[in-house]
Amino acid sequence: MPEDNNINKFENPHYAKREVTGPDGEVFTVDPMRDYFSDARPQVHEPNSIPVIENFLNWARAESLWVLGFGTGCGSIEIPPLLTPRFDAFRFGIQSRPTPRQSNVFIISGYLAIKTLKRVVRSYEQMQNPKYVLALGSCTINGGMYFDSYNTIKRLDHYIPVDIYIAGCMPRPEALLAGFNKLKELIKKGKAENANEYARNFDWYKANQKKIIKDWNMPDYNW
Amino acid sequence: MKDLIEKLSKTFELKDVVFQRPDLSFVTVKKETVISLVTHLRDYEGFSHFVLLSCVDWIEDNLFQLTYFLNNPDQKYDLAIRCMIDRTEPTMTSAHHLWKQIATYQRELKEMYGIDFPGSPRLNENFILEGWDNIPPMRRDFDTKKYAEETFFPRERPKTNDPSKYMKSKLYPDE
Repeated sequence: MPEDNNINKFENPHYAKREVTGPDGEVFTVDPMRDYFSDARPQVHEPNSIPVIENFLNWARAESLWVLGFGTGCGSIEIPPLLTPRFDAFRFGIQSRPTPRQSNVFIISGYLAIKTLKRVVRSYEQMQNPKYVLALGSCTINGGMYFDSYNTIKRLDHYIPVDIYIAGCMPRPEALLAGFNKLKELIKKGKAENANEYARNFDWYKANQKKIIKDWNMPDYNW
Repeated sequence: MKDLIEKLSKTFELKDVVFQRPDLSFVTVKKETVISLVTHLRDYEGFSHFVLLSCVDWIEDNLFQLTYFLNNPDQKYDLAIRCMIDRTEPTMTSAHHLWKQIATYQRELKEMYGIDFPGSPRLNENFILEGWDNIPPMRRDFDTKKYAEETFFPRERPKTNDPSKYMKSKLYPDE
């Protein structure tokens, strides 16, 4: 329902241009949309031309998986037992980090509302390359039990590229461990190149994201 | 419980009293008397706990039904006050001055049903939906499946084989 008096429906006050007084009394203008964010598009990182070095790098990448501590939907409750003594993902070399800047595996653990998708896109773009996405549950594949929901996305791979789908509703931590082993295999074979796919098809992904997220009140590029 | 209803009916015009359980009753009142009844119950009858404010869309009667659910923690019973409001221009008196949390319920009802509560704080800010530009989604004339198929990118279903047809073609290929 359109409103005339909506205060911040399509404008984020945090990103508004404003005058700031410095500690020594100097007044300067801050435009967060330009000053705080990079306006460079994502880069494609070509694999090393020497196969031995590339294989070695892929082996190293496969053995250092850091999960972003970001839980969406009901699957987020499966992550704590996965990382703690019961299933102990650390024996596979998998640990969690609280910030996207320091992690390279994104577990989308269930359904995504549009509001969450916005945060997911931001977090995904802030993660370092090479980055991998594990999508859990039928909700990320085709919407699952939310197939007719007005607020839940139906297929995740239209918004961010997905390396591994783990089917189930919800998948148990054992299934997650199997998914991690599969991801390691893919990385070692050099097939987990979805961060590059995102950079190559960037316009397509952005168009899809903007079709869904109607109040795009954040910068286009978030790294 | 019945004593209370009798006592209230002397002062207020109560319709459709439903004694659902020994500790739960529903009464229907006019739209104008809701706030005074809720205030009376809070101040004089010990209903100090506000449980919820919900809405039902009676699209056939062109009405919204609002339910103010109150709890008396000392007597341990619930009383729900219902009122019907017009669906085409849904406006209701705000009750956020009675309990602070009602403002949040009213924000939700504004977003999900489009009911206006003039004077309620932060009413027009986004609550759950961000940038919603369609009719409020919990109204029954909003076709959520159609909207989902048009807006999101539905995955095409895999082809399924009817087992009887498949076996027939397998066993009797000539027919």
